[in-house]
Amino acid sequence: MSTTHKIKKGLDIKLLGEAEKTVVDLNAKRFAIKPPDFTGCFPKMLVKEGDDVKAGSPLFYDKYREEIRFTSPVSGKVKEIVRGAKRKLLHVVVETDGKDEAIDFGKADISTVDRQEIIDKMLASGVWPMIRQRPYAVIANPEDEPKAIFISAFDTAPLAADLDLIVHGHGKEFQAGLDVLTKLTSGKVHLNIDAKNTTSKVFLNSKNVQLNKFSGPHPTGNVSVHVSRVDPINKGEIIWYTGPQEVITIGKLFLEGKFDSERVVALAGSEILHPKYYKTHIGARIVNMISGNETGGHNRYISGNVLTGEKIEKDGFVSFYDSMVTVIPEGDHYEFFGWLKPGLNKFSFSNTFLSRLFPNKKFRIDTNLHGGVRGYVMTGKMEKVFPFDIYPLQLIKAIMVEDIDLMENLGIYEIDAEDFALCEVIDTSKTDIQEIVRNGLELIRKEMS
Amino acid sequence: MKALRNLLDKQKPHFEEGGKLEKFHSMFDAMETLFFVPNRVTTKGVHIRDAIDMKRTMIVVFIALLPALFFGMWNIGYQHFLSYGEHPGFWPMFWYGFLKMLPIIIVTYGVGLGLEIIFAQIRSHDVNEGFFVSGLLIPMIVPPDIPLWQLAIAVAFAVVFGKEVFGGTGMNIMNPALLARAFLFFAYPGNISGDKVWISDKADAFSGATPLGDALTGHFDNLPSLYDMFMGFIPGSNGETSTLIILLGGLFLLVTGIGNWRVMFSVFIGGYVMGLLFNLWGYNEYMQLPAYYHLVMGGFAFGAVFMATDPVTAAQTNKGMYIYGFLTGMIAILIRVFNPAYPEGMMLAILLMNVFAPLIDHYVIAGNIKRRQKRLKLATS
Repeated sequence: MSTTHKIKKGLDIKLLGEAEKTVVDLNAKRFAIKPPDFTGCFPKMLVKEGDDVKAGSPLFYDKYREEIRFTSPVSGKVKEIVRGAKRKLLHVVVETDGKDEAIDFGKADISTVDRQEIIDKMLASGVWPMIRQRPYAVIANPEDEPKAIFISAFDTAPLAADLDLIVHGHGKEFQAGLDVLTKLTSGKVHLNIDAKNTTSKVFLNSKNVQLNKFSGPHPTGNVSVHVSRVDPINKGEIIWYTGPQEVITIGKLFLEGKFDSERVVALAGSEILHPKYYKTHIGARIVNMISGNETGGHNRYISGNVLTGEKIEKDGFVSFYDSMVTVIPEGDHYEFFGWLKPGLNKFSFSNTFLSRLFPNKKFRIDTNLHGGVRGYVMTGKMEKVFPFDIYPLQLIKAIMVEDIDLMENLGIYEIDAEDFALCEVIDTSKTDIQEIVRNGLELIRKEMS
Repeated sequence: MKALRNLLDKQKPHFEEGGKLEKFHSMFDAMETLFFVPNRVTTKGVHIRDAIDMKRTMIVVFIALLPALFFGMWNIGYQHFLSYGEHPGFWPMFWYGFLKMLPIIIVTYGVGLGLEIIFAQIRSHDVNEGFFVSGLLIPMIVPPDIPLWQLAIAVAFAVVFGKEVFGGTGMNIMNPALLARAFLFFAYPGNISGDKVWISDKADAFSGATPLGDALTGHFDNLPSLYDMFMGFIPGSNGETSTLIILLGGLFLLVTGIGNWRVMFSVFIGGYVMGLLFNLWGYNEYMQLPAYYHLVMGGFAFGAVFMATDPVTAAQTNKGMYIYGFLTGMIAILIRVFNPAYPEGMMLAILLMNVFAPLIDHYVIAGNIKRRQKRLKLATS
C-alpha cells in the first residue's frame, strides 16, 4: 500500500445535525430523474405521461450523444413530465407500483466479458451516466479511453454521508463493479480512502485496484485532489470517476443482469429532528423523510451538501449523483449592526469573530449572504482552502475575461467547480465563484467540441 | 431598532427603480446596510457563507488605526505647546489636536464618500466600504495645518483618478490614500514639506524639523533620541509618528488575519537590509546611521503596516508579496538617503511598487505555468 497523501490546506466546516448511523426504509412513492443534473445533456423524451415503465426502461436520451440513455429507477407509471421556462425539461417523475419489476439486460461473466460488451450493457441499462469524466465533470464519452479511473470512498464535505456505512454488506457487488471498471481503462483504477476513517472491509479488501490513502480537511475527499496527487491531468488527457454506490450498481448489473437503483441517502442538517440514513432508490422524493422531522421556521432543503448541493423544494427529489439531503434554516432576515457584533455564534474562517476562539464549536448556519457583492479586495485567503498548485483568484479572473489560453495555462483542466466551493464560502466579496468556474469549463468544452 | 427597520422599510420603495427618489438609491442602500445586514440569501453555489464581509474587514482596519489616530491627536497638541515651551497637561494637548484633526477628517470623508456615492449611483453598484479606511488614512498622513481646500482637491483626485476610473475599489492600481498625499506633495509642496509645516501653529524660534529633515540636511546632532522616535514624541504627519502604537495596530491586523504578514515583515526586513548595506558602504554620515533608526523614523512603520499591505495594490501571490514588500522597504530607504529633494521615501516607494506589483505577480504566475507545461511535455514525450 502506498503512502498517505497529507493535505494541509482546506477547511472542515462543523455543522450541527450529523446523521445518526441507523438506516431505515424511506417508502417513497415517487422518484424523478432530473435532466439538469447532467451537465451538457440535451434531453429528448422517449416516454409520455401515463406510460408503464420497469426499472431500466429508457425515459429520455441525450440529443447529441444518442447512445446515452437515462432510465427509470423503479417500475411503475410515468406520472409527470415537468418543464420549466422555455420548455426546459426539469423532472421526469415515475410513480412506483411496488412490484420491483426490472428489464433483464442479461448476466455476464465478468472475467470474460469484453470492453465493448460492458459499455453497451451500461449504456442500454442507463448505468452509464454514473461514470463522469474530468476535465469538465460531464458524463463520460463511451468512445474515449481514460488514462485512469478514480473512485472516492470518502466524503469530507460538511455532514457528508458515511460511505463505510452505505456500502456495508455489498462487498461482492462492489468488487464486481471494480472488476468491470478495470476493463474500461488501460491505466489503473484508483480507490481513494481516508487514511484514518475508512475502516470498511468492502474498501480495504478491494482487489485489482490501487488503494491511495489521504488525510486532511475538506476538500480532501474531492476527486480533483486525488487526481492532482496521484496522476495529474494534462491538457488532452481524460480520467473517469464515479462513486462507491455507483460501483455497486454497476456490479449488480453484471451479476444480476438488471438495473438496481438502490441508494442509501443520509438526511442531515441543524433543522432535522432525527437525522439518519434512508434506504431508497435513485431520485427519491424527500417529503417522507422531512415531514414531521424538521423544526418549524423557514427552511432550505438541499439535495447534496451545503457546499455543492442543489436547492430543492420540500416535495422535491434527490439528485442523481447525491447521497445526502441537508436541511438548514433560511437566512432571509435583517440583522441590526450584524457586521459590528463580536460574533460568538457566527461562523467565519477569518479571525475577526470571537467564535474563532472555540475551534470545535458546531454551528447552525443559515443561508444569509452576510453582506453585499463587491469587487475582489482581499488576497491570500482562497489559497488557504485550495490544496492545488493553482492560483485560484487568478484563474477566476482569467475565466471572467474569457481568456481560454490563460485558463489552460493556469490549470482549469485539473479542477471542477466543486473545488472552489470553500473559496466561495469564505469570499469576502460574496461572488458566485462556482458558477464562474462552471461557466469557464463550459466555455472551453464548447470551444473544444 | 424595530422602529428604524419599519422606517427604512417604509421609505425603501421611494428609492427603488421607478420611485421618486431613485437617484439616491446608492445613498439609501449604503445607509440601510450600515444599520442592517441585508436579508439577501444564497441563490446558487454554496448555501452557507462566511459571516465576514467587506464592512467587517474594513472596520477591523479602522479599529487598528484608532490608537495611532488618538496618539496623533495628542502629539499635535504636544508639539504645538512644546514649541512655545508650555506643558498644559494631557487633555488640553489632546483637545488641541482633536480640533485640528476633526475638520481634516470631516473634509476627507465628506468629499470622498460623496464622490463614492455618486459613482456607485452612476455605475449602479453598491457603495464599497474601501473609503471607510482610506478616509481615515488620508488625515493621518498629512500635516496638521494642511489647507482644507487643498485637501479636498487631493481627495477628489485620489478617489476619481486613483480608483473610480479603474472601476472602483478592488480594481485600482495605486493606493488611493497615498495618491492623495502624492498629489499634495507635487501640487502644493510648500504645505507638505520643509521645516515649517509639521508642527501646528509653531513658535518661530523653534526648529520644528522632523528627524528626516535633520538627517537630510546633515544635522545629526539634532536627531531626537531613539526612544522618542520609537514612542513618537516627534514632529511629523498626523498619525505616523509613534512606531510603538503603529505596531500595536499592526499586531491587531495580524491576529485578525486582515493584514498580510508577508508584506508587513518583508517591508521591515527590506528597509533594515538596505540600512545595513548603507552602513557597509558608509560614504557619508547618513549612510552610517544605524539601520534600525530608519525603521522608526518618518512614515516607514506607518507605510509598512497600513499602506504597503493594502491587498488590492500589493502583489497578490504569496511569493510576490515577499518580493514586493522587500523592494518597497529597500527603495524607501534608498530614496531617503540618496534623494536630496525628498526627505521621506516611503510614499514614493510604495506607489512605485504598486505599479510594479502586477509585474511581480506576472513572473510568479509564469513559474506556475512553466511547471504545468513541463509536466505536459513529460507526459507526451
